[in-house]
Amino acid sequence: MPVFYGTEVASPLMLGTAQYPSPAILAEAFRASGAGIATVSLRREAGGGQDFLRLVESLGARLLPNTAGCHSAREAVTTAQMARELLGTDWIKLEVIGHADLLAPDVFQLVEAARTLSADGFKVFPYCTEDLSVCERLLDAGCEVLMPWGAPIGSGLGLGNPHGLRALRAAFPDVPLVVDAGIGLPSHAAAAMEMGFDAVLLNTAVARAGDPVAMARAMAQAVEAGRAAHGADPMEPREMAVPSTPVIGKAFLA
Amino acid sequence: MKLTINGEPRDVDAATVAEALAALGMADARVATALNGNFVAATLRGAARLSPGDALEIVAPMQGG
Repeated sequence: MPVFYGTEVASPLMLGTAQYPSPAILAEAFRASGAGIATVSLRREAGGGQDFLRLVESLGARLLPNTAGCHSAREAVTTAQMARELLGTDWIKLEVIGHADLLAPDVFQLVEAARTLSADGFKVFPYCTEDLSVCERLLDAGCEVLMPWGAPIGSGLGLGNPHGLRALRAAFPDVPLVVDAGIGLPSHAAAAMEMGFDAVLLNTAVARAGDPVAMARAMAQAVEAGRAAHGADPMEPREMAVPSTPVIGKAFLA
Repeated sequence: MKLTINGEPRDVDAATVAEALAALGMADARVATALNGNFVAATLRGAARLSPGDALEIVAPMQGG
């Protein structure tokens, strides 16, 4: 199972807590998913925060607060400081958004915020692109986990750049890697795990499914299948057919 | 004192962040605070003095991905 900053989590599935039809379905989806980590945001308290806090603390998953919606390193750092105090965790999913339509990471501000937070004792989970030099800089900044996107947040498009993700896996064999964002189907989650990713983080694919609980279960099965397949050392694909049935011994009937 | 609290203009009888939270009925709530964009730790709220026009943010955990 994945190990992040020395802590082993119970499942390679990390699940968000937004957009569910109801709190009860959220809780049931988490039970069905077996997710080891639940992401939460920080938002202005307008009366609902206290009940929500009790709900997420009852899920049995470790909480990973995010800095969603932050557009500068400064905002993200302040949000992380507030999250650490509120939730009593130094884990932070660091998002610094650079492009409004694609919710693409601002990788420059991201590296700056990661450096500041790591120096302040945070364990940073950066939402990043699969760019090798950006990822290298994040590791230099103190990150011990990388979370490249599969596709834009909430798009459900799957793994847009499988070659880039494979290259990242090969470049950093010892760094825990998570595909964060863009997963829409269990097959996308399984594909990430088959590549050797340590975990996947998704939210909309489950929360916005017609039956979130059934989809949560399907995602759990997919990550497990993908993880087992990676461990089983898959065959190399090839361009031409090779008979699987032995040719020798075939009766001569022509 | 005229403040901007969570983006809304408010007139609150408070001289510190701790007093503002109390005036808003959130003295015991699990919230985090930032004053003018800077984090104010819970232990420092009593010492964090307010000035007219300050922007106070009060946040709690919410749904997130």
